[in-house]
Amino acid sequence: MAKTFSLNKKQINLLEKLSQAMAISGNEGEVRSIVLEEIRPYIKDYQVDSLGNLLVTKTGSSKNRLKVMLAAHMDEAGFMIAADDGDGIFRFEISGGIDLRQLPGKSVLVGKEHIPGVIGARPIHLTTSSDRQNKIPLNNLRIDIGPGANTIKPGDQAVFATTFQHVGPSLIGKALDDRLGIAVLINLIKNSPPNIDLQAAFTVQEETGLRGARVAAFTFKPDLAFVVDSTPAKDLPAWDESENLTYNTRLGAGPAIYTADGSTLSDPRLIRLLVQTAEKARIPYQLRQPGGGGTDAGAIHKQAGGIPSVSVSIPGRYAHTPVGLARVSDFLHTIDLLKATLLSIHPEILAQERS
Amino acid sequence: MKSLIQKLTETFSPSGYEQDIRNVIRAEIEPLVDEIRVDPLGTLIARKGKVGKNGKRIMLAGHMDEIGLIATHIDENGFIRFSAIGGVYPHTLLGGRVRFVNGVSGVIGGERITDLGKTLTISQLFIDVGASNPKDCPIKTGDVAAFVRPFFDMGDRMVAKSMDDRIGCLVMIEALRSLKSSPHEIYFAFTTQEEVGLRGATASAFGIDPEIGLSLDVTGTGDTPKSRKMEVSLGKGPAIKIKDGGMLSDPRVVQWMIRTAEKSKIPYQREVLEAGTTDATAIQLTRSGVPVGCISIPCRYIHSPSEMVDTKDVQNAIKLLTALLSALISL
Repeated sequence: MAKTFSLNKKQINLLEKLSQAMAISGNEGEVRSIVLEEIRPYIKDYQVDSLGNLLVTKTGSSKNRLKVMLAAHMDEAGFMIAADDGDGIFRFEISGGIDLRQLPGKSVLVGKEHIPGVIGARPIHLTTSSDRQNKIPLNNLRIDIGPGANTIKPGDQAVFATTFQHVGPSLIGKALDDRLGIAVLINLIKNSPPNIDLQAAFTVQEETGLRGARVAAFTFKPDLAFVVDSTPAKDLPAWDESENLTYNTRLGAGPAIYTADGSTLSDPRLIRLLVQTAEKARIPYQLRQPGGGGTDAGAIHKQAGGIPSVSVSIPGRYAHTPVGLARVSDFLHTIDLLKATLLSIHPEILAQERS
Repeated sequence: MKSLIQKLTETFSPSGYEQDIRNVIRAEIEPLVDEIRVDPLGTLIARKGKVGKNGKRIMLAGHMDEIGLIATHIDENGFIRFSAIGGVYPHTLLGGRVRFVNGVSGVIGGERITDLGKTLTISQLFIDVGASNPKDCPIKTGDVAAFVRPFFDMGDRMVAKSMDDRIGCLVMIEALRSLKSSPHEIYFAFTTQEEVGLRGATASAFGIDPEIGLSLDVTGTGDTPKSRKMEVSLGKGPAIKIKDGGMLSDPRVVQWMIRTAEKSKIPYQREVLEAGTTDATAIQLTRSGVPVGCISIPCRYIHSPSEMVDTKDVQNAIKLLTALLSALISL
């Protein structure tokens, strides 16, 4: 019988709040408030550093504890208002990586008050077939919130207006990259193990170049680091039914352990630790296909004389589009894997040199 | 010297997996240094001497890693798809042989060539280790491999895979051997992950906190048919780097190197490299900034399985580095 994976009401509410929060790079306040509200009862104190990273340490109780950093990023790819054209029409820039083809005709929310708007597109009636061959350049796109008094100013943020949904085995919503990672980290703070000092970093500006993690790692100077992110899955079958050789990750196959991406060659000792822990505890896992892309580990591992680092991601389809899709099972197995791994950490894991 | 070059270049250690080459180098230098350690990213750091009167804390960096391949998928017939670690040129791959870090050997095959004028891309190539399904394949996603090509001594010239940068490591080892006395505290850093972005040196430079930094690495030449325009040739001496794609050497360091070479009658060349860079770039930008330079060993066919250096250039690079480290430095 297939095992079913379910979330309780509180978990679903938290994921909904996180997914629907508005936090482009440099504007992570909304997510930070949600996280703080959630973890307050479980922590003694916290620090918000000069870039906006939320840093929390949970000190263990055993002797000889390693300092273990866990990082997940609060920011998402979105938009920034660039100029007011009048009548509720605004020019905008893209913040982080979004495919231009995703923009026309999409609903958005703008500014602190989450004012609804739309990235307009000319209807098919008024386009020629040659118009429709080309993608619409950013210069020709506007966010339209309609006329009337508004408080929107250049510099304000906007994100896709996507309602979070929990449908059967799936989670559907925007910014699952990396709000799922944020939810994992919140869970680990609530269940922090006694054998380590857990240094949680809810980071900023990952989508614009791993900027927050870089300074957070310097502040913590941990012995080792785990990054929890969400990585794209391109796991649909090929149209011609040939073998899919470039899926990156697959939904439902468990947390994706990184061996190498564009910014980090994961520490082999930590890869082994994750794989052995998963196999011992019978938690499904997959090895993400080595290739491009990057996570906060890219900044962390080079910091402060070098920090052994590895990333674990929850696979998600359609990242950086208005709506992504992930599996509840992968989310829960990521929590299971990291919990079990943190519990199995002892100082000797770093006694051996990096291979 | 040549037998050590053979040993260094025939060791397999792609970026991120430098354990084997580290063990080879450690065995060579351990008796010669005062302190030796391995940092969190795997860089082997050996200290020689203590800061004497007017001496400096110097970091030398030569990278142990080499370019290679990493398995991305084992297909239903046991063929291994892969991507590159570092700057791998697809046109050097077809028909080549590789060895995985776990000891498994394979050959690189390709999909059917439909246009002889076009090079296959990496996504059209695969490694065949003799398996016929994923279950029997001894390789899994994430396993790394390096190229197989034996060392070849031509007398005045030597050819091997990974001269970049085992020859820089060799120069450091031999300078350490020939160094009689020095007023300086010298850190010989055999770094990791240079080929993927100077990552090991970035971390170790912070840890060492040097006052002067020098990298030892290979540089391209302009002396082969229809090559790039470049002043550097094989056999005309080590190159003193003035500029490369990532760094402007500190002019005071360049002058110190030139003065020393001229005083010691060591031939040298002035190097301006348009693309590519070395660990010195990472050292220069560490903490509040460090004066840096680079001794380059001219090398043909860089990032191919057959990289060629000149024997006298190597000997002269050792002499130059030894002379630089032996005397007081005033920048």
